[in-house]
Amino acid sequence: MQRIGVFVCWCGSNIASTVDVKKVAEVLKAEPGVVISENYQYMCSENGQALIRNAIKEHSLTGIVVCSCSPRMHEATFRRTAESAGLNPYMVEIANIREQCSWIHKDMEEATEKAIILGRSAIAKLKLNAPLTSGESAVVKRALVIGGGIAGIQSALDIAEAGFEVDIVETSPTIGGNMAKLDKTFPTLDCAACILTPKMVDCAQNEKIDILTYSEVESVKGFVGNFKVQIRKKARFVDEKKCTGCGECMQKCPSKKGLNDFNMGLNTRPAIYIPFAQAIPNVAVIDPEQCLKLKNGKCGLCAMKCNVNAIDYTQKDEIIEREYGAIVVATGYKPISLENFNEYGYSQYKDVVTSLELERLMNAAGPSEGHLVRPSDHKEPKVITFIQCVGSRDTSGCGKPYCSKICCMYTAKHAMLIREKYPDTEVHVFYIDVRTPGKNYDEFFRRAVEQYGVDYVKGMVGKVYEENGKLMVQGADLINNEQVVIPSDLVVLAAAIEPSPTVRKIATMVTASIDTNNFLTEAHAKLRPVESPTAGIFLSGVCQGPKDIPETVSQASACAAKVIGLLAKDKLKCNASVAHSDETLCSGCSVCANVCPYGAITYVDKEFRLGGGKTELRRVASVNPAVCQGCGACTVTCPSGAMDLKGFTTGQIMAEVDAICKR
Amino acid sequence: MQEIKKDYKPLIVAFCCNWCSYAGADLAGSSRLSYPAEVKIIRVPCSCRVNPTFILKAFQRGADGVIICGCHPGDCHYTSGNYFARRRMSLLFSMLDYLGIERERTRVEWVSAAEGAKFSAVMNDFAKTVTELGENKRLEDLRCKN
Repeated sequence: MQRIGVFVCWCGSNIASTVDVKKVAEVLKAEPGVVISENYQYMCSENGQALIRNAIKEHSLTGIVVCSCSPRMHEATFRRTAESAGLNPYMVEIANIREQCSWIHKDMEEATEKAIILGRSAIAKLKLNAPLTSGESAVVKRALVIGGGIAGIQSALDIAEAGFEVDIVETSPTIGGNMAKLDKTFPTLDCAACILTPKMVDCAQNEKIDILTYSEVESVKGFVGNFKVQIRKKARFVDEKKCTGCGECMQKCPSKKGLNDFNMGLNTRPAIYIPFAQAIPNVAVIDPEQCLKLKNGKCGLCAMKCNVNAIDYTQKDEIIEREYGAIVVATGYKPISLENFNEYGYSQYKDVVTSLELERLMNAAGPSEGHLVRPSDHKEPKVITFIQCVGSRDTSGCGKPYCSKICCMYTAKHAMLIREKYPDTEVHVFYIDVRTPGKNYDEFFRRAVEQYGVDYVKGMVGKVYEENGKLMVQGADLINNEQVVIPSDLVVLAAAIEPSPTVRKIATMVTASIDTNNFLTEAHAKLRPVESPTAGIFLSGVCQGPKDIPETVSQASACAAKVIGLLAKDKLKCNASVAHSDETLCSGCSVCANVCPYGAITYVDKEFRLGGGKTELRRVASVNPAVCQGCGACTVTCPSGAMDLKGFTTGQIMAEVDAICKR
Repeated sequence: MQEIKKDYKPLIVAFCCNWCSYAGADLAGSSRLSYPAEVKIIRVPCSCRVNPTFILKAFQRGADGVIICGCHPGDCHYTSGNYFARRRMSLLFSMLDYLGIERERTRVEWVSAAEGAKFSAVMNDFAKTVTELGENKRLEDLRCKN
């Protein structure tokens, strides 16, 4: 005979204000099998849990139903509570009467009635629960970091610091990411390279870190603690071990018309190149689309000039297979394409640039060696106008609905640096709102206005057009309530940022959740911000949402702490909710093995007694519980009904349907 | 079409996968985006766990509409489960259609963990559609009525 305890939580007033919790507890007490039904203000609190523990012991309960918040929130908590009172943790069911009831319904009667039905449904399921035990699986003590920007670098350094091996996989020929392109960083105006490149060198010198640049993740299989990853190391046509980074080949290369990605396409580079002076690894790479030798077999100058014979035109892509216990996604961002914003004339006028392009124009290692000049005629601009929120906070469908978060601060930085270095230059900024929360951020913005005299105009820009050699910026000044036209020499657009285009492919590979803006979803918006809902996958940097460098570094370190916590374990508890086959029903047809995405099902020959001393050898399905992830695809596909999923058995779900449909 | 009773409230069973749609329902809840109380959610690990017999059972027991929600195609937590669900359900729905169960009483929707607003919109719309159709008497087993 089952002895069930029901515990109805008020969640303060979150549940109790729309659900009559006392009535729910009272009605559910009358359900067959229920021996105790309690209600309490906060079931998840220490006192609430003590109440459950005492009830389990006092009434010798065989299972409990907690009517509370979503099981995604506190199922684990209440399972631990049950376990600490000697009950099997899987003899716990949660009726979600907060997210699915009290928070969405206003009518008390209606919500109470629904809560009772949800409670009954949980009781019906619990009656068919069986105690489950989870197996164990070993943890591969190595982490993979996808993306070699500041987020990936910081995560890798912290994981390596704890003594675990880390591989960084980066698609471009060098690590460093977007931060390497920046000139100065807010709010302290340190030079980006000065604070980033030492970290890049640390990565290269750390014997626990293996940097795989010009490489892409090809496939990911497995599960937390045991990922099997294929990495494509693209042919760079240069032997990484031999190349010394002397740069002789770059001088001699005759094909010099490639757009320099590192300088945002503002100048050109040869077909064989090192992205920038402090690149890690400091090794050349050949662009096969541009190289004359690779395109039509004529040239080979770089190979002739190379003193160490590092050039290898026959190099092929290489597939590397490695195993990891944890994966950090740090794929970063890129500015959005501005093709939908013709009104600002970005594709029409050379002197309309994005903020990232301005970074390169102001950088000493950039195309103009740090002299701020117009891209069109290389003259110093006398009037510069910044336009904020280009594609950010845009619900028209052209841009992104979210705030890109970094633009207000970097524009204040640009304005300040320009006024500092070229005091004769006029600087105007069109803005919707100035958002500068953060330590010393608002003070920084105020310095731009008060100390450097930057002209902030509240309002949006309607269009940018050319007249008499000037770029006319026409916009609204909402404070003075007038239309303004500012003749400018240079216009800078604060383009919205979006997740790197590779992230969707990666999310699919690692089965991580992703939102409509292609940002990866965290396990809990507030309490688990660096973990993906998929176990073993961690989120570092802008792939999870827009953030600046200090925030990215904090998140990257938080991510590393989570990875270290995982890799420090020798064994992980496996999912206990796994499929199993009833061998007496199984006909060995192989249909289940065909649908299993994990290859968890194999077939074994087993002897069955037929009676009368006779036996029969039959082929039956066997599930490897360490590999099964519990999706249940096999249970539905099985024609003989032999496959079932522990914790979500056919009988349990049928019982829930029954309970819900009972009027 | 049958006449609809004035205060008729349909009975709707929603199967939601744990990783996307159930989380989407949670987000609808924490964002206080309402949908009718007639919708009752059953949590399953993946939309591919939904056995067609669950849906038949629901109709037999007097449900007026059944909706299955899973991750968007390509985003399944178990890589391919939602594709199985999609195929199974299209077969089942055409069979139900043959049996005289209106097509509008069954639905498959993809709702991600980030789409609380979509979850609420889908449920409101489905409940409205089912309410307009009225009671489902075709498959209901009268012996189940107590």
